[in-house]
Amino acid sequence: MTGDSGLLSPIIIGLLYGGLYAMIALGLSMVFGVMRLINLAHGDLVILGSYLSFTLWSYLGFDPIVSLILTIPVLFGLGFVIQQYLMRRAFAISAEAPLIIAFGISLILQNFNQIIWQPQSRGISTTYSMASFNIGPAQFPVSYLLDFVVALVVMLVLREFLRRTYMGRAITAASQDNKAAQLMGVNTRMIYGFAFAIAMISAAIAGTFLGMTFPFTPLSGTQFLIIAFGVVIIGGLGSLFGTFLGGLILGLVQTLAGYFFGAAAQMFFVYLAVLIVLAIRPQGLLGVKR
Amino acid sequence: MAQEALLKVNSIDVFHGSFQALWNISLEVRKGEMLALIGANTSGKSTLLDTISGLNHPAGGSIQFEGRNITNLDPYKIVDAGITQIPEGRRIFPDMSVLSNLIMGSYTPRARSKREENLKKVYRHFPILLKRKNQVAKTLSGGEQQMLVIGRGLMSEPKLMMIDEMSLGLAPIIINEIFRTLKEIRDTGLTIIFVEQNVRKSIQEADRAYILENGRVSLCGTSQELCEEEKVRKAYFGI
Amino acid sequence: MNVPLLSLSAITKRFGGVTALKDVTFDVQQGEIVGLMGPNGAGKTTLLNIIAGEFPPDSGRIKFKGRDITGHASYKSCKYGISRTYQIPQPFVSLSVMDNIRVSSTFGKKHGESSAGIDFDKILDMAGLLEKKDTLAGALPILSLKKLELARALACNPDLVLLDEVAAGLTDVEIPKILGTIKEIRSIGKTIVLVEHVIKVLVGAVDRIVVLDKGMTLCQGDADSVINDCKVIEAYFGT
Repeated sequence: MTGDSGLLSPIIIGLLYGGLYAMIALGLSMVFGVMRLINLAHGDLVILGSYLSFTLWSYLGFDPIVSLILTIPVLFGLGFVIQQYLMRRAFAISAEAPLIIAFGISLILQNFNQIIWQPQSRGISTTYSMASFNIGPAQFPVSYLLDFVVALVVMLVLREFLRRTYMGRAITAASQDNKAAQLMGVNTRMIYGFAFAIAMISAAIAGTFLGMTFPFTPLSGTQFLIIAFGVVIIGGLGSLFGTFLGGLILGLVQTLAGYFFGAAAQMFFVYLAVLIVLAIRPQGLLGVKR
Repeated sequence: MAQEALLKVNSIDVFHGSFQALWNISLEVRKGEMLALIGANTSGKSTLLDTISGLNHPAGGSIQFEGRNITNLDPYKIVDAGITQIPEGRRIFPDMSVLSNLIMGSYTPRARSKREENLKKVYRHFPILLKRKNQVAKTLSGGEQQMLVIGRGLMSEPKLMMIDEMSLGLAPIIINEIFRTLKEIRDTGLTIIFVEQNVRKSIQEADRAYILENGRVSLCGTSQELCEEEKVRKAYFGI
Repeated sequence: MNVPLLSLSAITKRFGGVTALKDVTFDVQQGEIVGLMGPNGAGKTTLLNIIAGEFPPDSGRIKFKGRDITGHASYKSCKYGISRTYQIPQPFVSLSVMDNIRVSSTFGKKHGESSAGIDFDKILDMAGLLEKKDTLAGALPILSLKKLELARALACNPDLVLLDEVAAGLTDVEIPKILGTIKEIRSIGKTIVLVEHVIKVLVGAVDRIVVLDKGMTLCQGDADSVINDCKVIEAYFGT
């Protein structure tokens, strides 16, 4: 991936990685922004998406992007069911109950993935995901570029959905003022189910592209959840564009730290960056202070 | 003016948890009237509106709207049936534009089809909203925000509109202007219930009024009948 | 006349840009029952909080038994001999009713007193909780929780009891009972200041009413003259 091109290489890679990180974090950000729920199972749901894509690819020869036609409805339905039948009841019990339920779902998913797909690491490799392209003297994987572009598109589509469609506006309204939204005819009992399900669409997409970019195991969900957290903290709660920026920043911090301080230092600097943001501007760069 | 009962509340008891907020409340709203609900802070006025809107359900008794039993319906179904509440506190969606706020008002299927028509009506009643249609809602003045939430309520094609404490924090000139517009709106066929702190103003502006005291109806009558201050005072204070 | 038990002079309190209380001045004599009345937002609860020490006034002085206690911390209130009830009861849910009272009496007793002399059964009886004395507080319905609030406020043997809306939500049968309880509390030597929206209870219980409106004292006097005072009517009813 390198020819020595100085800083160009880590910067480009950081931005492109950042795109994937952003894509993974979008679903977490949306669920938190709308329902104030920290979905601890988010990483594992993304990995479930990766496994579903993987299965359709390795056993049925489906191109992973095409397989989204099947993986998206599955995760959409799963998300709706989780919110409507588990989380909604958990919210009525206490503020902590949804967190515990999410944690439980995470454990169940990890074990489920392990049983079905075995613990060894998997990856999806298509001709285009293995290809590379050049910028100047440096070479980069096409999959990274794809991740970035798709992340940008998903973020824009989600944002416009929330702003311009009736359902999107209903979701936004319900998250800003539940009583006023109900009095406008929004069925707030159902709307959160749809919000979660829509967040899962982005998780399905993130999972597929993750599968094409990195190898993954049943336990990868946790590692990506932590990164997603970092992205949302840096970019700000309640802003999808902020999440996208947060992803880019996190990716850049990681690669630049690796460039200057060596590979072992990468994650240290990432966490340091998260800490600094929390200390100086806890609502994140573009976050809405609530 | 038609005299049939549009809304009938029959002997409802309403609780907040194990705390009884309304005791055996019965009232009637006639089509085309301006009805005032008067009472002190803890008299249960807002609870009554929330119960009619379906946010709370009575433990006993029933509520009928246009002859149909709406007692246990979900709030969104009650909006769909034609009852819109404009809650107290001018709850605009602060980060959305005026136009977006208004459009959110026509969320129900019945209202959606009449969206453009209703937008024109709202702009006619409240020209300032047309002027400011692309402004972010939180930058509007108090009076303009109140007009916005009333306009948003109108977008839902209501048959009955209930307004909770609209004049809190507004200058008398603006309050009068809004009441004038409400009368205009009523004259187009809408029935209006309003809850107001200012007792005298309420009796002045309404056709009829109910006085609530500590969760019970203590008096009701036409604005003529309620001109007698002594009666009203006793009913308001419950003595 | 003796030194008043409680003396408030020129109490002023602002929250941000809002003046909640301005120059409030009045005295409470030992053994009196004084009611605080006023429309929504008048400052009654803020005043009660200041007397109880929840926060200090911005200016003005509070004297209790002749001693300046302005700005005292709320946990010291009990030591001085002031106790209060809260609108939203928050008892120790895993302790029994009796133990809740005991905690109040042990930790809240006045300087130099022991809790050995306090008749807990009598206090529970006054509050109407004697049969429930071994029930866990977490299992009580809200009305009993309110009674527990009352008992708890009495258990530390205060000289001045501040009651915050004890009558809200009571049934028609219970209202006369609470009136009786308030009078009984006075008969065992306590002085009472109460904030109450249920005017029936206010008027029935007190010797004197202080009316607040928009943070200022509007008038003071016995129940009858205050209720019929035109300034008071205007404050509640508008002009």
